[in-house]
Amino acid sequence: MHSGAKRFLLLALTVAAVVSHFSAQFNRYYLGLVIDVGINIILAVSLNLINGHTGQFSLGHAGFMAVGGYAAASFTLAVSKTLPPAAQSFAFVVALVLGGLAAALVGLAVGVPTLRLRGDYLAIVTLGFGEIIRVILQNMDCVGAASGLKGIPGLTTFFWAFALAGTTVFVITCLVNSTYGRGFIAVHDDEVAASAMGVNPVRYKVTAFVIGAFFAGIAGGLYAHHKQFLSPTGFDFMKSIDLVVMVILGGMGRTAGVIAAAVLLTLLPEFLRGFAEYRMIIYALLIVVLMIARPQGLFSFGKK
Amino acid sequence: MSAPLLNLETVTIRFGGLTAVSELNLSVGGNELVGLIGPNGAGKTTAFNLITGVYQPTSGVISFAGKSTAKLKPHQLARLGIARTFQNIRLFASMSVFDNVRTAVQVHRPHGVRNALWRGRVFRDGESAVATQVMELLEIFHLGKFRDEPATSLPYGEQRRLEIVRALATQPKLLLLDEPAAGMNPTEKVALTKLIRFVKEKFQISVLLVEHDMQVVMGICERIVVLDYGMKIAEGAPAEVRANPKVIEAYLGD
Repeated sequence: MHSGAKRFLLLALTVAAVVSHFSAQFNRYYLGLVIDVGINIILAVSLNLINGHTGQFSLGHAGFMAVGGYAAASFTLAVSKTLPPAAQSFAFVVALVLGGLAAALVGLAVGVPTLRLRGDYLAIVTLGFGEIIRVILQNMDCVGAASGLKGIPGLTTFFWAFALAGTTVFVITCLVNSTYGRGFIAVHDDEVAASAMGVNPVRYKVTAFVIGAFFAGIAGGLYAHHKQFLSPTGFDFMKSIDLVVMVILGGMGRTAGVIAAAVLLTLLPEFLRGFAEYRMIIYALLIVVLMIARPQGLFSFGKK
Repeated sequence: MSAPLLNLETVTIRFGGLTAVSELNLSVGGNELVGLIGPNGAGKTTAFNLITGVYQPTSGVISFAGKSTAKLKPHQLARLGIARTFQNIRLFASMSVFDNVRTAVQVHRPHGVRNALWRGRVFRDGESAVATQVMELLEIFHLGKFRDEPATSLPYGEQRRLEIVRALATQPKLLLLDEPAAGMNPTEKVALTKLIRFVKEKFQISVLLVEHDMQVVMGICERIVVLDYGMKIAEGAPAEVRANPKVIEAYLGD
């Protein structure tokens, strides 16, 4: 199993590199869509660590994504004009990591006081936090305030989106599938019993929050350099809800299902474009039908 | 006599106007099996929650292995060597039998995020050591054949046993059993009595047992403490306690 995880990562990186090599020949619209899929996989899988594995209902993932996106974009906008083209992708990696770290830091700052709350209360607090981030961004003139951040270089390629999606899946799978990682599930199953067995619930919850936020920040950075434009309205609470739907539809705590749900729910609205204004109604109906047909999640056959 | 392993000194806890446990003195020595009994609502489980750090006493001192446990959280006390089972079984429902015990084994392992991600030799050796330790424990209690079953699919009696195994996996010095015989039939109770004795001898630990079932308590405890309305009304060997008029009155009413 252990070498299997490493092999998976290697495979994901290779496929990402090979496909990326030929990506110039693809239709730009579809290529953009596929990159969206990669970004949403990162978001959904990282949220799954918090909501699924650790059982802490967070509605603030779009907020972490926004922090990462704005941090990464501000960095590249500041340095990219001064750098030669060859150094651009290096600067991009630095920007992504910075975005991730910024989001992780915010995750820590939010997580430490709020993770003493449970269930609905935590959901409401994280929801509020996400909105605070959005409102702050809307009023920060240095990042374009309500009119948004324009002219971000389009550095996100197929390779980066999927190499990082593969890395996210690898990191979170490895983390959970270890003796250490059983602690996340223990906190999810029964916090009182977990602490009686020596598992520090607060520590595990904050760890899940920080790691989840880190990857959400990375995804935000990818998103910023993919759309080349950031606006605070793109990170409203509906975005968090979309991600939560992916996690629930995929089956809380089941990585394969969550990836499938991320792919499905990213592509579905696009394929329904032919139905024009009925699109969102059909989308919503499909989610209702799926939830009724498979309440345990798309890919939930056996145990975790 | 050497200093007791666990010592409660005039421990009181109030919830608003209700004094759940009042000036309780209780001690458990090394490798001793002590019973804590009393009618419903006498404060037995509250006493457990005080010892395991779920509640902090309003006044009084609890010490374990010579140190005060004030301000320590349940997980810290578990690391020090206090393990427990629960009145209503609290296994990790989404995990297998193996993983339930694995979660408890990790208490004394120094690994963290970095180790789980890097997956080098240290990680692999650690994981196989954990697996060996878990399987050894499961085999001792004849649960090895269930290793991959979901924990909650086991029969009731086996779930109780698994909870004890999980508690033992934290390598405790003191094991607290909260009504382990609840819901068991007479045959299962006999088996449980044997099991508790076996655990105490095999692992050389102290056991504090809260129990309603007099047969179980009288049969195995070396010393019994009786609570009523949060106060200790009697203490002594099983025969003494059984003959104590205060105890009879508490159980049978006036």
